Amino acid sequence: MSVLGDALRAEWAKARTLASTGWLLLAAVILTVAVSAAVAAAATCPAGNCAEDPAKISLTGIYLGQAVVAILAVLMMSSEYSTGMIRVTLAAMPRRITVLAAKAAILTGLVLACGALAVLASVLAGQVILRGHGIDPAHGYPSLSLGSAPVLRAAAGSVLYLALIAWLGLGIATAVRDSATAIGVVLGLLYLFPIVGAVLGGSQLARLVQQIGPMTAGLAIQATTGLDDLPIRPWAGLGVLAAWAAAALLAGGLLLRHRDA
Amino acid sequence: MIAPAVTPYRSAAPAGHDGFGQLLWAEWIKLRTVRGWITGMIIAGLLTVGVGLLSHGECGSQASGSLVTGGPGCTSPLGPGGEGVTDGFFFVHQPLAGDGRITVRVTSLTGSYSPDGVSTQDLKRGLQPWSKAGIIIKASATEGSAYAAMMVTGSHGVRMQWNYTGDAAGLDGAVTAASPRWLRLTRTGDTITGYDSADGTAWTRVGSVTLTGLPSTVPAGLFAASPDHSSATSQSIGGGSGSGGPSQASAVFDRIALQGGWPARTWTGTAVGGPSAGPFPVLGYRQAGGRLAVSGSGDIAPVVPDTEGSVAGALIGAFAGLIAIVVVAAMFMTAEYRRGLIRVTLTASPRRSRILAAKAIVVGSAAFAVALSAAVASALIEGPRARSRGIFVDPVPVLTEVRVVAGTAALLAVAAVLAVALGALMRRSAVAVTTVIAVIVLPYFFAVPLAVLPAGAADWLLRVTPAAGFAIQQPYPAYPQVATSYLPGNGYYPLAPWAGFGVLCAWTALALGLAMYLLRRRDA
Repeated sequence: MSVLGDALRAEWAKARTLASTGWLLLAAVILTVAVSAAVAAAATCPAGNCAEDPAKISLTGIYLGQAVVAILAVLMMSSEYSTGMIRVTLAAMPRRITVLAAKAAILTGLVLACGALAVLASVLAGQVILRGHGIDPAHGYPSLSLGSAPVLRAAAGSVLYLALIAWLGLGIATAVRDSATAIGVVLGLLYLFPIVGAVLGGSQLARLVQQIGPMTAGLAIQATTGLDDLPIRPWAGLGVLAAWAAAALLAGGLLLRHRDA
Repeated sequence: MIAPAVTPYRSAAPAGHDGFGQLLWAEWIKLRTVRGWITGMIIAGLLTVGVGLLSHGECGSQASGSLVTGGPGCTSPLGPGGEGVTDGFFFVHQPLAGDGRITVRVTSLTGSYSPDGVSTQDLKRGLQPWSKAGIIIKASATEGSAYAAMMVTGSHGVRMQWNYTGDAAGLDGAVTAASPRWLRLTRTGDTITGYDSADGTAWTRVGSVTLTGLPSTVPAGLFAASPDHSSATSQSIGGGSGSGGPSQASAVFDRIALQGGWPARTWTGTAVGGPSAGPFPVLGYRQAGGRLAVSGSGDIAPVVPDTEGSVAGALIGAFAGLIAIVVVAAMFMTAEYRRGLIRVTLTASPRRSRILAAKAIVVGSAAFAVALSAAVASALIEGPRARSRGIFVDPVPVLTEVRVVAGTAALLAVAAVLAVALGALMRRSAVAVTTVIAVIVLPYFFAVPLAVLPAGAADWLLRVTPAAGFAIQQPYPAYPQVATSYLPGNGYYPLAPWAGFGVLCAWTALALGLAMYLLRRRDA
């Protein structure tokens, strides 16, 4: 049996048998869909010619759902440190990078599955609710069907986005080893860039802040209209987030390998 | 046989104190001796100051390819109250020496505006809600001088306004030839009293103001002004992108009666605030018989500034500081559970609510001290920094400045207490930290930078969630007599400063009460 296979099985057993995993996944799905539906329900367009992006509106819940995914990712590693379990884990599997890879793989699977569910439900809710508000193809808005390429890109990209957020959280938690600090760093990275960008107004620096912020860049993937006005192209934006996630995992992996547990 | 009496063992050591002071001291030692927590607090202070330093807007004029900061386009005149004001209107006046009275009848108020501010050909007919025309007594014809005026408006009936910020309502309804409005201003010493009437015989006093230091001879007469037209093209997402342009109002006066010291007996026309650059050909006045028609553009009103350069603009870093402080405060509680220290703590002091109270007081006070130092530093740095970049900073009264600075520190302190409470409720620091950030930072984020909600929904988010507390940072009042969009992003919140802060405190008290209840009921 391969070492990675054992590691995967061990991590799957840990994730599966913790009550918090199920609750957090459920919360991520519910909060994502609830916020998406609430924002869609609040969206109105009295004049009939607003610049709304139906896909973006229906996927707004990701802004909150990602925080729950970040908790899940952070706890996956930091709970090992808070309980001292990490010493057992590393004694059983001395190849530390393998442990991290197995955790990342299990986490990715879980987040992709619940992310797909949340995104699908959000889009469906958006279709129903926005049609009721006159924001549909009959009134000149782009279709919200997953058959159209931009909507499919927005939906699939949002699922990938959640997975990358999970990697970012896992990497940072591995590096700082404490759940409160790790979640503070992750949420600070996510939410502070756009707030700072808003303060800077329409300046060049504000654009730069939005291009390098993990959330502001990553969620460019949700845009289906007005692509020319975005600070960064959709896939390039997701690439920026992937770079953040890779850097966090790399830093976490190096520290895990070279530090005493 | 009689057993000898056995004295139970008593330790020779003196009994320990279990007063609340002792408990506070113990919690303070816990906070002080964990290096990571002290580091976290220092980071919170540095973030609060540092993010504010990122603001870098400039104002100035281009001269030979480089920006010369400052200049006339970057400043506003100041009113008698010290606030920045707009003072542009057409003024038809003659000197009033000593006491006197002016009475007029207004028979029509009409206007036109440029819908987009670009095309000068395509003017539309119509008044702005605060288009205004009437009679005015003003200390001088220079911008920003003291005044009192009676006026008819586009859609707010008869008003008495004075010194830019004062506003009192008179008769309702619009002016037409069929229902004209009579206006009267009386000067007695420094006191000016305004009256209105629908028929010229039954007069109602609208208001009376004292303009301290009013010269004995002042210009007085008729005026017309009309603020810029603005329209929101999208009322939904992002609070709406708007377009607008200058506007103009024309009023016809007759039955002009002057009593008291009016030596000149002829009218002079002056465009206060410089000639209006708008597309309107007919600004000025025309006199025919007993009738006088006045057309003007501009406004006599306080400036509605955004927060740039003000004390509130400096404190945007409070968001970053808040996240760091919340992390420390949540750990301050949850670390007890993680290390099993909670059992020692509860054995030493079995009255559990008091432990939570002590923790809240200690971490709240520490957060307040750190945030207050950072906020004071930001406030001291930001004003000179903004002025060096040519930005006009509308003066903020000292008491307001104190409220904004101390309120920001209090906001972070209350957030820390909320984090302690949620830490005790949830016992998991990651969940507690995320929840605090989700309820305080996220609603602001949804309402302001993301701007995904219609304005009404965004306002409600900033009324009912703990994010309402940011209202304590509002530096300038919103004036009902100036029609503009007052957005949270510019420092105007839907709740009054202390009301918003009260909402945050109420949520925190609720969480703390629940935490005390559960701490008592649950096994540790």
